[in-house]
Amino acid sequence: MSMQDDEILGKAYDSNLMMRLIRYLRPYKWQVTGAIVLSMVVALLESVRPFFTKIAVDDNIAKGDKEGLLYTTMLFFAVLMIRGVMQFFNAYLTQWIGQKTIYDLRIEIYRHLQYRSLRFFDKNPIGRLITRVTNDVEVLNEMFSSGIVMVFSDVFMIIGIVWLMFSMNWKLAIITLSVLPFLFYGTFLFRKKAREAYREVRLQVAKINTFMQEHISGMLVDQIFNRQKKSFKKFEYINGAHRDANIKSIFYYALFYPSVDIIGSVVVGLIIWYSANGIIEGTVTIGTIMAFLQFNEMFWRPIRDLSEKYNIMQTAMASSERIFKLLDDKTAIIDSENPVSLNKTKGKIEFKNVWFAYNDEEWILKNISLTIFPGETIAIVGHTGAGKTTIINLLDRMYDIQKGEILIDGINIKNVSQVDLRKNIGLVMQDVFLFSGDVKTNIDLGNEEISIDKVKHSAEMVGVKKFIDSLQGGFSGEVKERGSTFSVGQKQLISFARTLAYNPQILVLDEATSSVDTETEILIQQAIIKLLQDRTSIVIAHRLSTIQRADKIIVMHKGEIRESGNHQELLAVGGIYQKLYQLQYKEQEKASLN
Amino acid sequence: MKLLYHLLPYLQKYRSTLSWGLVTIILANLLGVVLPHFIGNAIDTMQQLPKDGEKLLSEMIWYSLLVISFTIMSGVFTYYTRQTIIVVSRKIEFDLRNTFLSFLQQQPLSYFQKTPTGDLMAHATNDINAVRNALGPGIMYPIDSLMTLVFSLMFMFVKSWTLTLIALIPLPLVSLAVYYAGKTIHTKSIEKQETYSKLTTRAQENLSGIRVVKSYVREEYEIGLFEKLSTSYLKKNLELAKVQSLMWPMMFLLVGSSILLTIYFGGLKVINNEITIGTLTAFLAYLVMLIWPMIAFGWVINILQQGGASMGRLQKIIDREPEIKNSTDTNYVITDIDGEIEYKNVSFTHESANRTALKNINLKISKGSTLAIVGHTGSGKSTLINLIPRLYDITEGNLLIDGNDIRTIPLETLRTKIGYVSQETFLFSDSIAENIFYGVEDKKTDELISSASVSQISVDVEEFQNKYETIIGERGITLSGGQKQRTSIARAIIKNPKILIIDDALSAVDTYTEDKILHRLREVMKERTSIIISHRISTVKDANLIIVLENGEIVEKGTHDELVKLNGIYSDLYSKQLLEQELEKL
Ligand SMILES: Nc1ncnc2c1ncn2[C@@H]1O[C@H](COP(=O)(O)OP(=O)(O)OP(=O)(O)O)[C@@H](O)[C@H]1O
Ligand SMILES: Nc1ncnc2c1ncn2[C@@H]1O[C@H](COP(=O)(O)OP(=O)(O)OP(=O)(O)O)[C@@H](O)[C@H]1O
Ligand SMILES: [Mg+2]
Ligand SMILES: [Mg+2]
Repeated sequence: MSMQDDEILGKAYDSNLMMRLIRYLRPYKWQVTGAIVLSMVVALLESVRPFFTKIAVDDNIAKGDKEGLLYTTMLFFAVLMIRGVMQFFNAYLTQWIGQKTIYDLRIEIYRHLQYRSLRFFDKNPIGRLITRVTNDVEVLNEMFSSGIVMVFSDVFMIIGIVWLMFSMNWKLAIITLSVLPFLFYGTFLFRKKAREAYREVRLQVAKINTFMQEHISGMLVDQIFNRQKKSFKKFEYINGAHRDANIKSIFYYALFYPSVDIIGSVVVGLIIWYSANGIIEGTVTIGTIMAFLQFNEMFWRPIRDLSEKYNIMQTAMASSERIFKLLDDKTAIIDSENPVSLNKTKGKIEFKNVWFAYNDEEWILKNISLTIFPGETIAIVGHTGAGKTTIINLLDRMYDIQKGEILIDGINIKNVSQVDLRKNIGLVMQDVFLFSGDVKTNIDLGNEEISIDKVKHSAEMVGVKKFIDSLQGGFSGEVKERGSTFSVGQKQLISFARTLAYNPQILVLDEATSSVDTETEILIQQAIIKLLQDRTSIVIAHRLSTIQRADKIIVMHKGEIRESGNHQELLAVGGIYQKLYQLQYKEQEKASLN
Repeated sequence: MKLLYHLLPYLQKYRSTLSWGLVTIILANLLGVVLPHFIGNAIDTMQQLPKDGEKLLSEMIWYSLLVISFTIMSGVFTYYTRQTIIVVSRKIEFDLRNTFLSFLQQQPLSYFQKTPTGDLMAHATNDINAVRNALGPGIMYPIDSLMTLVFSLMFMFVKSWTLTLIALIPLPLVSLAVYYAGKTIHTKSIEKQETYSKLTTRAQENLSGIRVVKSYVREEYEIGLFEKLSTSYLKKNLELAKVQSLMWPMMFLLVGSSILLTIYFGGLKVINNEITIGTLTAFLAYLVMLIWPMIAFGWVINILQQGGASMGRLQKIIDREPEIKNSTDTNYVITDIDGEIEYKNVSFTHESANRTALKNINLKISKGSTLAIVGHTGSGKSTLINLIPRLYDITEGNLLIDGNDIRTIPLETLRTKIGYVSQETFLFSDSIAENIFYGVEDKKTDELISSASVSQISVDVEEFQNKYETIIGERGITLSGGQKQRTSIARAIIKNPKILIIDDALSAVDTYTEDKILHRLREVMKERTSIIISHRISTVKDANLIIVLENGEIVEKGTHDELVKLNGIYSDLYSKQLLEQELEKL
């Protein structure tokens, strides 16, 4: 998805999209039928109003029939009542249908999002995805609740009016309808212009939102780098473009509404003028004129509202197009049809000639082969950007590889369900993320199988329990957005505790203690020694001291494994590892000499 | 009405346009309101003169033309009404949004720590929208309605005041119904809005943390949470729908009754020859004209209420004085800084914290020297250095730069001269070049390249297909941990600062690269003051001064050699890191 998505305008009506939208109404087909019937009846009852006027004027008033007049009015009142009641049910029912439908749709989108792969999230800004789940769905509400049913009611109203007009006086009817072509042409012009203006408005709204979102999150950077003025200018420019686009669209509306009124007044003029002839000839009664004047009024209302409805439809079509585009984006990691069950892995991991690229053919990993035996601890070292995190991502099957195989206990990970695979792998991520909420939920992630004792124990193991206890509320203490009131090391420790609480068979530490002091780091290492005894673990670290106990060390360089072996072997090779080691060692040495 | 008060400054700016708008509303209504009168007269004429064909026809043509030309004239003014009042509402929206952003720009870090981004976004969109709605339609319709009401009532009274009273019986009920329904709708809408914002916040949190969700297989749990929120949102919506559905039929029923009463009693009057049939027609036409104003009254009250509430919220935010800003003490003569920093008895407590983060700090960093800070997680290192660019203001003691109290230095000068690399990297989803250029006015390619090579990010960038034009994902997600940190170091260096602060920003960088960066930095920083926080002895040991923080206090201070001899925390740390090396050697 890209910026262009917000430019999607949609036609006011697109039958493909419409068919697809209507499918969401299927579970409620009886309610929809009911609503349509109700709205038809309401429309018909509405359109007979002028008819009553005619009867009252011509049959009762003109003839001085007071009783008849009372009778007509009472009947009119009864119709009014029935119509009121029906209208209530109709209105509620349509709202109900709309709400139910968008509820279903919203959950469907959300579920869809949960199962997209990281490749998808790399490309789609979060702000835009949120808009899909919230705003775009909300827009559809209006269409589902009033739009679809309203179409029926309008059509029936128009049919009813036209029928009554023709049955009363066909010549007047034709005169009343004679201006329709002008109206249609006018509306057509208006729609074309309004549409362009609307496109511009939408585009600017999207820009404003993206800008706001990013600059609120990054306000600190703005301030530190003294960019406020520049950012403000940029914002003012977008904001101004948004204002101008709106003003342009106001112009079209300002022109449209009076024009419709004027066309309507021409009809009134025509009715009066023609009626003069009719009265002379005796073909038109006063009651008929009054009825036609009312018909005219009623006929114009739905059409005058058209611009409003047109907007609803257009917005809805645009939103649904974006939503369907999202739902059609199948970027996901698919489980195989008959996954091999993997309850508790032994912990053997193999990479066989793995090739991987985030984009096309820009290979990030080249021909990686490695084997890790159950219970082993291996370490991955290498320069930044060498591809260490990427290896981990692949093991967790966050991305699918292009060439080669990754095996766990000898089974290709593509044949294991992702749930099984990830349950067995506990990953402490390099980029720490805390949810707003409380500390406990950040460790157990709402998993009820994890007891509070387990949570506390895990926090204890990583040495962050004392800190948590000192918070107001302890483990139920508040965590702000992204944990902004904790120190970075504290956040990292909480995220570490999270992994331990899940008690995984394979433990993967990606720079898990990079922001933590050495003392705490050593304490953690000692605390998890027992835990690691019969588990496989993979450790990525830049501080070589962190990885000293590894059974095997793998040195990555620019996406390739350059060296592998234990500490002694690697030193003997005299390659990258030795250089890294020397660097740290030499400095220590030098320091200790002082 | 409080709304108007808050908005006064904004409205004032456009008062002449607004006045014109009001004039056009009045004119449009005056012209429009005579139409039923013409129609009624026309019908009377038809009834009186059915036999005199010639005369009738010419009179009718005259009436037709009157109707059409008055509509045209009225239309012209309606056009101007929209072009003035609605346009002004858009302009005020623009002003408001600008004000809101510039307000945000002045708020300190602590404000953003306690206010969720989602809330701020909601204010920027929903609230500003509600205010605009109250300003455009909220001004245009009530005045329009009032005018229609007054003028048509005048006409109706002149024609038949008894019939007017009869016809008017249900109309106050309409406004009353709208008002009460409106009130319920208002409270329900607020509830609905709150649920909606919870829903949005949840989606925001979930998608920002999607990597965690996936790796812990929490998708179904997350969907469950979202379903619960959606269900309660659904409920709130349906409650609202019930009230709304009741409102419209009521309205039409009442308006219908009014028409009905007119037909009946007006009919009787016609039969009794008290009024003409034309008058009855005109009455009906007036009633139709009045339907909309009646509905609009109630509706507008809602819009105004919502707009008022929103403006209240916005105002409360905008009125908040930023804690950190230039003040009367600011000495604008200071346009540069040398880089000497002195803490005098500085203590600091975070706004929401129950403990002091820094206690009685005394420290002098002389110009051009390097200070290194070590200490346990959470000991207050970041807090200490965050005081220098005034991300927080100290609660006790004095912080001096070049001997001036930090509060007297213009904030802009201060921050322009500081290069700050935060512990957590934030990059914009833009090109790498734009990210590095972020803090400089003129973008010089050679400076870009030299600062990128100091931070060693140049090596990686060379490997990228689009080099410096590579667009990175939100917050920099498509870069590796170390690449992000090095980009942000380059961003600080290119500013050519007098004080450089690096807060543990080499943690994701391997020792080899780190060594190179430190080496290059030393050249660049020769004349400048630098502060570096790290957990690695190798990073800090060459500093002119090293301090060890423990629970917010400086517990050790000195050079590497002095501290090693001290046999305290530092030497313990040192021996631990050394010990490991020794162990490895065996
Ligand atoms: N999501 C992504 N999309 C595109 N490119 C990516 C993505 N993630 C990483 N890369 C690129 O892949 C390369 C390897 O990145 P990786 O994160 O695996 O490095 P690393 O070895 O973990 O580095 P560090 O030590 O800095 O964390 C880098 O050049 C990086 O820019
Ligand atoms: N905004 C805040 N509100 C409340 N408490 C805070 C806030 N920021 C930090 N703290 C607390 O103040 C203490 C010091 O935090 P600080 O970030 O300065 O630690 P640090 O020494 O930088 O740690 P680390 O090595 O983990 O980065 C911590 O206990 C932390 O929880
Ligand atoms: Mg990494
Ligand atoms: Mg810190």
